[in-house]
Amino acid sequence: MGVNWPLEIGRAIALTVVMFTFLAVVTAMLGVLLERKIGGWIQSRLGPKHVGPQGLLQTVADTIKLLQKEHITPQAADVVIFNAAPLIVAVAGLMDWLVIPFAPGAIVRDLNIGILFFAAMASMTVIGILAGGFASNNKYALLGGLRSAAQMVSYELPLAVGLIAVAMEAGTLSTVGIVNAQIRNGWYILYQLPAFVIFMIAATAEVNRVPFDLPEAESELVAGYFSEYTGMRFALFQLGEYAEMFAMAALATTLFLGGWSGPILPPVVWFFIKMYAIVFFFMWMRWTYPRLRLDQLLNLSWKLLLPAGLLWILITGYRIAF
Amino acid sequence: MLLVDWLYVGVFVAVGLVMAALPLGIVWLLAPQFPQAQKRLTYESGVVPFGQAWAQFNVRYYLFALVFVIFDVEVIYLYPWAIVFQRLGKFAFVEMLIFLIILLIGLAYAWRKGALEWA
Amino acid sequence: MGELAAFIILSVITLASAVVVVTSGNIVRSALSLVPTFLGITGLYILLQAEFVAGIQVLIYAGAITVLILFVIMLTEGGTGLRTRQVNEQVPLGMLAAAVLALILIAVFSGTEWPKASGSLPQYTAAPIGEAFLTSAVLIFEITSLVLLVSLMGAIIIARRER
Repeated sequence: MGVNWPLEIGRAIALTVVMFTFLAVVTAMLGVLLERKIGGWIQSRLGPKHVGPQGLLQTVADTIKLLQKEHITPQAADVVIFNAAPLIVAVAGLMDWLVIPFAPGAIVRDLNIGILFFAAMASMTVIGILAGGFASNNKYALLGGLRSAAQMVSYELPLAVGLIAVAMEAGTLSTVGIVNAQIRNGWYILYQLPAFVIFMIAATAEVNRVPFDLPEAESELVAGYFSEYTGMRFALFQLGEYAEMFAMAALATTLFLGGWSGPILPPVVWFFIKMYAIVFFFMWMRWTYPRLRLDQLLNLSWKLLLPAGLLWILITGYRIAF
Repeated sequence: MLLVDWLYVGVFVAVGLVMAALPLGIVWLLAPQFPQAQKRLTYESGVVPFGQAWAQFNVRYYLFALVFVIFDVEVIYLYPWAIVFQRLGKFAFVEMLIFLIILLIGLAYAWRKGALEWA
Repeated sequence: MGELAAFIILSVITLASAVVVVTSGNIVRSALSLVPTFLGITGLYILLQAEFVAGIQVLIYAGAITVLILFVIMLTEGGTGLRTRQVNEQVPLGMLAAAVLALILIAVFSGTEWPKASGSLPQYTAAPIGEAFLTSAVLIFEITSLVLLVSLMGAIIIARRER
């Protein structure tokens, strides 16, 4: 066939290991630390400062702690599904990164159906969450899982609409193609600002962040779908969530901020600057806004974002076709 | 070339699962395991739990999922249209306009009939 | 060679999960086993070079329909505790019938001359699909939207009547 299979398989394995480690360190560990530091800064208090210089090793310490916490499985929980749920969420978060271009040529694989693949993997997270909720044999976990699923599923549509608007501009579903189109025509945040706004709101809801974190709210449902999860299993859920949030930020930079393009500095640096800018924005929102009630949240998606998004698609279509 | 692309996806899933399971393996090796009846009780804010663990019969979850499936299928059609309509011109736009209008009627119907209400 | 290996692995995943779906007594496990089944089918689509269809298979089936089914489980009488009886008294007769049917189907399939479509597969499938339903299959496309509308209305009417 002309393809060197062993080489490709080896390369794929290596890339997966690198990507997973990258995600575990840069998104989960650094991300959690950033969250706490930024939260502290916004609330005029110090975040973690003790462990390591300026608290940088805090999450490392947390991880080591979690690694030796006992795994408790609630009685009558479905063991297979209970154990599988965190894995599903973690892997779904990982898969999203397959189509993110970090620099020209630096992408795991430029799939032809790039953004469709991204949307598909994001929708797999819902399954993991539902599985966790169902398997825990706990009313609160179940309710949390169901609400979470209802929320995430409602926001997948505006998310897709945002993606489609960009695909219309670029004429391709491939992430690399979209970045290249922006280099030719200018960043899409300029032409597609409504799509950007819709995407950002939908992305926040997809990863269950404030103001859309009702399913996890402590005062409401203990901890929602992961109430019964202890130690590392809990950490895997968190890893999946943070990886997903960073993936949304990475996709937003790819789709709206021109990906890795930028003068003077090397492309990779630009990519990370833009991605972290959006992550900072997500975190800023978290510590600023109060939480939306579930019915407000669902109304926002179905009655505002979806019709507005579809209308925007029609406007963009009209603009391009005529 | 196509299959190589997806080989990467397959490897990603497989290796990803292994790597995600790795910390769990470490825990299995390192962490204590003393299952006791108390620890394994379902958590209900410190109270002994009672009743079956299923949420109340409520059709609203189903309605949301249902409307979502319908619109997800609609969105499926938008993806290829988005990349192709530029070169197919005005007619393609009008076709999609009709498609979307019909589905927006559906959304309006769902809205009026209260399928989108949570309370 | 690699394709054959991939085909075998995917078929095993799909069929094994399908067996779990059908035979498991635990309804939640049964529903969740649909996910590997659908993912296996996704892989098979990819082997057929249908990327776009594979993508939407994951999006719709694994992402939306499974969620719908899980929600429906909540609405049923026993909820998650429901355990269904998987076998009845007619197992031997059933197995005999299934074996006969399988033999007949295998004989028919292997004896048929399947027509081969001419031409080569397009490298990228999403664009040709788009062109197809916007030019030659427009009527089908528009009727699809009506079908979706009708199913939406019908389901809402039925669901609301149950209140």
